[in-house]
Amino acid sequence: MTAGTQVSQARSSGGQAPAEAIHIENLHKKFGELHVLKGVSLSARDGEVVAIIGGSGSGKSTLLRCINFLENPTSGIIRVNGEEIRLKADSHGNSVPADRRQIERIRSRLGMVFQSFNLWSHMTLLENVIEVPIHVLGVKREEAIRTAEALLARVGLADKRDVYPAFLSGGQQQRAAIARALAIQPRVMLFDEPTSALDPELVGEVLKVIGDLAREGRTMVLVTHEMKFAREVASHVVYLCNGLVEEEGPPDQLFGAPKSERLKQFLRNVG
Amino acid sequence: MGLLALEPPGRGSFLLAGFLNSVMIAVGATVVGLCLGVCGAWCKLYGGPVARDLAAVYTTIVRAVPELVLILILYFAGADLLNKALAAFGYPPTDIPGVAAGIFVLGVVQGAYSTEVLRGAILAIPQGQIEAARAYGMSPSLIMRRITLPAMLPFAIPGLANLWLIATKDTALLAIVGVNELTQVTRTAAGATKAYFTFFMAAGAIYLALTLFSGAIIGRIERWARRGMPSVAGAGR
Repeated sequence: MTAGTQVSQARSSGGQAPAEAIHIENLHKKFGELHVLKGVSLSARDGEVVAIIGGSGSGKSTLLRCINFLENPTSGIIRVNGEEIRLKADSHGNSVPADRRQIERIRSRLGMVFQSFNLWSHMTLLENVIEVPIHVLGVKREEAIRTAEALLARVGLADKRDVYPAFLSGGQQQRAAIARALAIQPRVMLFDEPTSALDPELVGEVLKVIGDLAREGRTMVLVTHEMKFAREVASHVVYLCNGLVEEEGPPDQLFGAPKSERLKQFLRNVG
Repeated sequence: MGLLALEPPGRGSFLLAGFLNSVMIAVGATVVGLCLGVCGAWCKLYGGPVARDLAAVYTTIVRAVPELVLILILYFAGADLLNKALAAFGYPPTDIPGVAAGIFVLGVVQGAYSTEVLRGAILAIPQGQIEAARAYGMSPSLIMRRITLPAMLPFAIPGLANLWLIATKDTALLAIVGVNELTQVTRTAAGATKAYFTFFMAAGAIYLALTLFSGAIIGRIERWARRGMPSVAGAGR
């Protein structure tokens, strides 16, 4: 234990390994009787792309949603950028953030991209992208618009800035949602099955955008069913099964030479 | 027709004044009702046990009692209470202006119905949009202001438009407590001249005109509120 601490201190002071952006330790989550996460630990260092894979019901989305407390974990430690989120017990026995402002501040630097896009339907794409910078981060309106226009151009939607989300295809909406996430200059980007709700022919355009972000060294945690994509962009892959980390490691090792019987089975089924 | 002329001996100016009072009461009651409705819906959806129960008692009682009875209760009991309170602090009793009383009474009624319209509209917002707002660090009050209220509008407008039209006609109930709104002044003018048919037809035409005008405005508001939604046949007129 002591040795481990010394090692990690030496690393951070020596600057040999990047700092930990996300640190999760022994996370449990119960929905009533249902024990979804049974003590999961996970870490993502700056610049790392961590892909979480697993079957349906394995708890991978729940794990991601616990990072920014869209779900309140039952117990466990979560640190974002080295800052531990202070928790207290609520009347249902869940751990809830003790300080709403702390969790709001942390959330405002975690760019989340959802399976079903969740763009705000009463706002145009541009308004969606500038909303959080202006109203949460206090960026000046002109500056927010400049940034947003550049981001929309980057995801190939410059000409759609004044269109409402419902008039666009799923792929376009998801690219706009990625622009919205980038607009907050996120420390970490969280992707919750970003292509699962898309028609097959639209998956490629979204994966291309995410792949580009991964290659430019952004820190990401990615829950995905796209195994080929995970192998390509991830620096670390975590296989979740029945609420536990069954196996983890570099993508080539995990996909090329899986040790666990369950993972082999899983890869056969999805491959 | 000379009876309807604006200059005396015509009674047109009385009708006009009564009509303006009716509109004022309807607008005021709708505004009061919307404020109460937003509070009520918030209490029912996000409030603690006490707030939820209070809102439930409010909507249940107000929607259970006939409006006419509520008007009589709130108007006379309200005036009585106010005067007792004034007397307790050593002030002379006062007459409540009819329009203000009307706004208060109808506002309380409208509030109960708006609560349910707004609650339903908020529940109709796709949950993911609220979740996205939380995920990006918005505070509860910011989410309410920037996301929940504007996003629920398209679902609320048809119900609220209904309530507005009902409010314009509910003002007529206030005739029973002698508020000088359109129905009351029509009754007075008709009684004085015995030209019942002329005056009540005129009043009916005025109510119809108000409804048609409201319909046009509501159509515009609805189109604006639904700007983010693809039109289905006939939606937004």
